[in-house]
Amino acid sequence: MRKTYGFHGGIHPPENKHQSVRTPIADAGIPPELVIPLSQHIGTPAGVIVEIGEHVLKGQMIAEAQGFMSVPKHAPTSGTISAIEDRQIAHPSGHFAPCIVLTPDGRDEWIACSGRPDYESMDKLALIDLIRHAGIAGMGGAGFPSSVKLSVKPGTEIETLIINGTECEPYITADDVLMRERADQIIEGAKILRYIIGPRETLIGVEDNKPEGIAALRAATEGSGIEVVQFPTKYPSGGEKQLIEILTGKQVPSGGLPSQVGVVCQNIGSTVAIYQAVVHGRPLISRVTTVTGAAVREPQNFQALIGTPMRYLLEKAGYQPEKNRRLIMGGPMMGFTVPDIDVPIVKTTNCLLAPTEDELPTPPPAQACIRCGMCAEACPASLLPQQLFWFAQGKEFEKLEHHNLFDCIECGACSYVCPSNIPLVQYYRASKAEILQMRRDHEKAEASRIRFEARQHRLEQAEAEKEAKRAARKKAAEKRAQSAGADSGEDPIQAAIARAQAKKAAQHGAGGEQSELEMLEKAVVSAQKRLDTATAKLEEARSQNSDLVDALQTGVDKTRDKLAKAEQALTAYQQAQGEGGAAQSEPPADAAKAAIEKALAKRQAEASLSPAEKARADLAKLQQRLQKTEATLAQSRSNGDEEKVIEALESTVARLTGKISAAEQQLQQAEDA
Amino acid sequence: MALIRLTSPHAHGPMSTQRVMQNVLLATVPGIIVLTHFFGYGTLVNLLWGSLVALACEALALKLRRRPLGFYLKDCSALVTAFLLCIALPPYSPWWLIAIGIASAILLAKQLYGGLGYNPFNPAMAGYVILLISFPVQMTSWAPPLGQGEMPSLLQALQACFTPGQYDGVTMATPLDVLKQNNSLLIEDLWQQNPQFGLFAGVGWEWANLAFLAGGAWLLYQRIFTWHAPVAMLVSLSLLAALFYDGGSSASGGSPLFHLFSGATMFGAFFIVTDPVTSAVSLRGRLIYGALIGALVYVIRVRGNYPDAVAFAVLIMNFAAPFIDYYTQPRTYGHSKRGEK
Repeated sequence: MRKTYGFHGGIHPPENKHQSVRTPIADAGIPPELVIPLSQHIGTPAGVIVEIGEHVLKGQMIAEAQGFMSVPKHAPTSGTISAIEDRQIAHPSGHFAPCIVLTPDGRDEWIACSGRPDYESMDKLALIDLIRHAGIAGMGGAGFPSSVKLSVKPGTEIETLIINGTECEPYITADDVLMRERADQIIEGAKILRYIIGPRETLIGVEDNKPEGIAALRAATEGSGIEVVQFPTKYPSGGEKQLIEILTGKQVPSGGLPSQVGVVCQNIGSTVAIYQAVVHGRPLISRVTTVTGAAVREPQNFQALIGTPMRYLLEKAGYQPEKNRRLIMGGPMMGFTVPDIDVPIVKTTNCLLAPTEDELPTPPPAQACIRCGMCAEACPASLLPQQLFWFAQGKEFEKLEHHNLFDCIECGACSYVCPSNIPLVQYYRASKAEILQMRRDHEKAEASRIRFEARQHRLEQAEAEKEAKRAARKKAAEKRAQSAGADSGEDPIQAAIARAQAKKAAQHGAGGEQSELEMLEKAVVSAQKRLDTATAKLEEARSQNSDLVDALQTGVDKTRDKLAKAEQALTAYQQAQGEGGAAQSEPPADAAKAAIEKALAKRQAEASLSPAEKARADLAKLQQRLQKTEATLAQSRSNGDEEKVIEALESTVARLTGKISAAEQQLQQAEDA
Repeated sequence: MALIRLTSPHAHGPMSTQRVMQNVLLATVPGIIVLTHFFGYGTLVNLLWGSLVALACEALALKLRRRPLGFYLKDCSALVTAFLLCIALPPYSPWWLIAIGIASAILLAKQLYGGLGYNPFNPAMAGYVILLISFPVQMTSWAPPLGQGEMPSLLQALQACFTPGQYDGVTMATPLDVLKQNNSLLIEDLWQQNPQFGLFAGVGWEWANLAFLAGGAWLLYQRIFTWHAPVAMLVSLSLLAALFYDGGSSASGGSPLFHLFSGATMFGAFFIVTDPVTSAVSLRGRLIYGALIGALVYVIRVRGNYPDAVAFAVLIMNFAAPFIDYYTQPRTYGHSKRGEK
């Protein structure tokens, strides 16, 4: 016997598998309507390639794969496409998703299909493509496209190919009955997988609670080199990571793929589907589904077409709706409740569980966590669920990640054993979703931050370049001035005075003209430059037939005008310079002198006046001011100015009146004198 | 009927918090019987009165906190606290001592922190320590065991509790007291001169400890807790006792067997150290937690001021539990040993 390894934790819930294995797999037949969701797998939904009203044959592709992580859909029977619309699907959220609705014609007529029993002569990639075209996705529950799993990175050596026949969830027997009834197909499928992957060993792992299945497989594997390995029943040994540890003793690195430890896993159901696809050329259009629970009278396994409404299957098994409060797709540990009994079964529907309230009671309200640690003992990933729960309640996301929340496989063992009935898994799911959302938000924010910073950097750089140019110019100018000073060999102070004088002089006279000339010349040059650039842009826009042509054209015209004006100004100035070099007006530097002289003369005149004359003059001035102020006041009033202004004016008038009377007195005195 | 929507898992195991608590209560029964046999009805009266006070305190706190009474009272956690504290109290304790202890345990140590599951300290031990510090005389007078003087009747036991002034009970030093105060006699002589000593520990005490060991073993079998913390505590206590036994000299700390079956050793190991709320959670963490409690018990018994030390040792380690947890995270599946990916 082969050595098997244990894994940490795990639980032993009541198996409840015996109910549904009493009869062989029954053909469910063709329901009146089939609803085929476009997304039944992990990845991109398939794209519709049929039209409403189109007649299709059984096995005909009705939706094609969209990209690598996608698989096509096929018509489960012959009939007419009656609708392509959103229907409620089997999903925990109960949401509506695009579906193809097929009304069967009852003839169940196959499309021409040819198998490749000679697959060993085929290219492996072509074989993987064939599996992909057959629409096969992991049938154990997750729905991971099988072709993706088989496309192992080149150079990866696969030691072990594992066919997962564990079926550790209570109630489900879909794989068990396949092993009992179609062991040869499983082995053929395993051989195909072995040919594609080329492992050193091929193992079929089965829990020891399926002795009939194991016996059938052992008989079928005779001489094939495929080994059937049995190991003690414990939930969740069927988890891919757990099964790999049981059979090889290796652990898949956190966040990694089984191929990293040289293992590829395939489910029993998928293996049979691969056999059907390769050897008989039949795409995946039906599957084995267990219908069980105390609310159905005859629990059993059905070969059901994909798209069969759950109600149809349940009624075939003697469904008693009055006894059933929740309908579960999958098992009692990891399955989810179905929103409505009319949703269709899909490629991942391994079980429909219709329990009674006694069988799976509605959980009582949760009590406080007493940190008993039973969850930690049960956790197959060796996590500390009670700590995770604590952090999840407090939304301490960093600590959650530190405690490896993302290694949780959501098997439900912790919730199962929790004496306080805490829905632990739900807390982890919610926290995971929240953290993922936060990561996405963070990535977005990070991207825009980087964009913003890059722009800021660009602007700063441009600014710095300008600044550098400015500084360089300044330096050059200083250097010129310095070298000029140094050449003359004068005393620096004298030189500075001279420079200052020169500068002052430059504001007028010859210096001024020089700079004016320069400015005009510069204006012409820069206008020329602008015109050149504008013209170039216009050319470019024209060549690209851009909408901007018109706008650019006006721009060019304007620039041209400006250039012309600048040139005119320059010529005019040059002419003026040439004509009247001597006819220059008197330098305005003398204006100040004149003003001073004027002021002096005035003072002298005043001084020469007699006191009476002076007083009279003063009085006249004051009267003039009064008149002015009164006029302003009148205007302000008529304008309706602010009161403050009017008040101020009034007080001025009063003051001036006072001053006038004082001046009159003075005048009187002067005249008397 | 419309289908209800629930999240997985849909199945639930048979264990419930109520059942955990009831199992713990049940497991104390052998110990209570032995204590009653050797020390009289005092323990039973303690339990009766203590349980009433505990339920009343719990109900009061729940009412003040506006929580549903029935839902929380039926988890039996208040009764467990009452049992653990009342077993630890000296038999024939006055009613007010018990009431103060229980009220401190339930109201201060438990409900003020948010009730069951949120208390950082073991409520029973917190109550015990509050009493020990506040009323050292009452807390250190233990009744003489069977065969040492007259055993009080049930009526006397009730009197001792409810009319403490009118009851004049006999008390006697416990074997741990005697050993502590000894500084001249060889262990062998001590054993002969004091009637408290029995076969390998104290009269009555050795049987009580065995009974609590049996109750603990049953809980272990019921998978209420794991073996790690109790075994670690007993091993570290024995190791230290063996190391400092000193051949039974007058400076000896007592033999390992004596320490294992004296005072609250077994009761502490299986009923106090295993309190899930206040202990470390990982298995490795529980080993460390238990071992350190064992060491502290020995150090305080032999070097400290108090003859027994389980309450202090447990409270001190309650402080350390989160710290221990932080450093003893188990290696998650698919991670390397250092906790890295």
